[in-house]
Amino acid sequence: MVKLMTPEVRPTTANSAGTFTVSVAPKEGSDAAHQVVASPVIEARDVTICYGGTLAVRSVSLRIPERQVTAIIGPSGCGKSTLLRAINRMNDFIPSMSITGSLLFNGTDVYGAKTDPVELRSRIGMVFQKPNPFPKSIFRNVAWGAKINGYRGHIEELVEKSLRQAALWGEVKDKLHDSAYALSGGQQQRLCIARAIALSPEVLLMDEPCSALDPIATAKIEDLIDQLKSRFTVVLVTHNMQQAARVSDRTAFMYMGELIEYDATDLIFTKPKQQRTQDYITGRFG
Amino acid sequence: MLTVAQRVKERGVHAALLACALVSILTTLGIVWVLLTESLAFFQQVSPWDFYLGTRWAPLLEPRSYGVLPLVCGTFLVAGSALLVAIPVGLATAVFLSEYATPRMRGAAKPVLEVLAGVPTVVYGYFALMFITPHVLRPLLPGTGVFNAASAAIVVGVMIIPTIASLSDDALRAVPRSLREGAYALSTTKFEVSARVTVPAALSGIVAAILLALARAIGETMAVALAAGMTPNLTANPLASIQTMTSYIVQVSLGDTPAGTIEYQTIFAVGLTLFLITLATNLVAQRVMRRFREVYE
Repeated sequence: MVKLMTPEVRPTTANSAGTFTVSVAPKEGSDAAHQVVASPVIEARDVTICYGGTLAVRSVSLRIPERQVTAIIGPSGCGKSTLLRAINRMNDFIPSMSITGSLLFNGTDVYGAKTDPVELRSRIGMVFQKPNPFPKSIFRNVAWGAKINGYRGHIEELVEKSLRQAALWGEVKDKLHDSAYALSGGQQQRLCIARAIALSPEVLLMDEPCSALDPIATAKIEDLIDQLKSRFTVVLVTHNMQQAARVSDRTAFMYMGELIEYDATDLIFTKPKQQRTQDYITGRFG
Repeated sequence: MLTVAQRVKERGVHAALLACALVSILTTLGIVWVLLTESLAFFQQVSPWDFYLGTRWAPLLEPRSYGVLPLVCGTFLVAGSALLVAIPVGLATAVFLSEYATPRMRGAAKPVLEVLAGVPTVVYGYFALMFITPHVLRPLLPGTGVFNAASAAIVVGVMIIPTIASLSDDALRAVPRSLREGAYALSTTKFEVSARVTVPAALSGIVAAILLALARAIGETMAVALAAGMTPNLTANPLASIQTMTSYIVQVSLGDTPAGTIEYQTIFAVGLTLFLITLATNLVAQRVMRRFREVYE
């Protein structure tokens, strides 16, 4: 199902036309975000993803730093969600999907023969576009994943801790056994974040987490993302440029399956090097 | 503006379509009418009390007795045991089709299920009588009769597997993909997702499928008439010969019982009872199904 190239035979086209790695010289007076990502948590090397005959992601190479928020922006259909879902192998469920190149998580190949996707997903959590709580109580939504993964500790404490980290505890502490469906959309999305962090992952992938939410709920999630980056590496896919500018440390701009530019967020939004980035962030297309 | 000719044609089409629609409605009303009037004549001679609570069914032999419970018991013995066969196999098939099978496997497996549903029921009955009883049940359980409820239950079970599998598969596939993805993203295996998320979420649809299959098993005639025998028997022993409501109706219909006699009227009383049981099962199934549709709106 998944075609893989070994790193040895992989063509080194990391800097070929249309693809830009992060090997940009550090800027003067640079803070951490401006540095080249030396030891990335996630590294894509020349990743190409197809669905059947359709090319969704074309030889993308990028390195995602630890405990920062990395945003992937771009117009609809640019391949940003596909790339995100490749990281925790959620694309495996699409039978026609094929991927070449290599995708490394802490140096090990995500698509390697020894990688168990189920185990991988305990270390790389995910939050989806539309809140998708289970039709269970609030408590069981958070406890379920941890229990099924053999959590041995005090489950009530874990649920409280996770809900606190997701900035939801105060709103739900008196109705933990009510159905999760009784919560508002924004609360449901924070519940989904709580559910993901209850497994103590290293990385949180967020696939347009605010696209179904109103501005107030969005602001709460954005504040939360800012807090989460002290513990987790966050990769955020968004079609909302303001959101990327507000919450991310680094931004990758994708267009038509290609990574056009990837740099510190303030540079992308103030001094983009590529004309297409410039056009997109100034609203000339997309 | 329509011309006169067009208008006449439209009216004609309207009337023809209405007439076709009325055929099935009038047939149903006619059946209910016949069942009710003939049963009424029967209940004027036998009290409903004796009929529904009597434990001996012997309308054709002296001394006559009209307690329908042995037939009801035989019917539920066969239908209930059939569900014991059909639920595990049908549900496992549905989970396989919706959660595990690739689209190609699914494409191959679905027509096979439909073939199973298309086998004439008399073939199933013959198969039970000529193969399952002599070559499977009797070597394993020597006390088994030539006619027995178990062989009928096994083939009726196989017969209703497609109903359970196909409708449960639909219910499982109606569970939103986002729910499955949410579960997979929490580091769970396919089996955990199926058993803990998808099947519970589709449970009302699955229950409805089981109830519809039960209605079919209760109404099944040929297979049970052939395999289970013609002995009204108030028993829970599946190895004994029994008689179901449907096989009794076959027995009397095929015999030379004159119309208008009380023996003749018994089949309408039994038929009405059967009709009410399957109607109730279908109504409950529909109600459960409707509730299930509302869950994920």
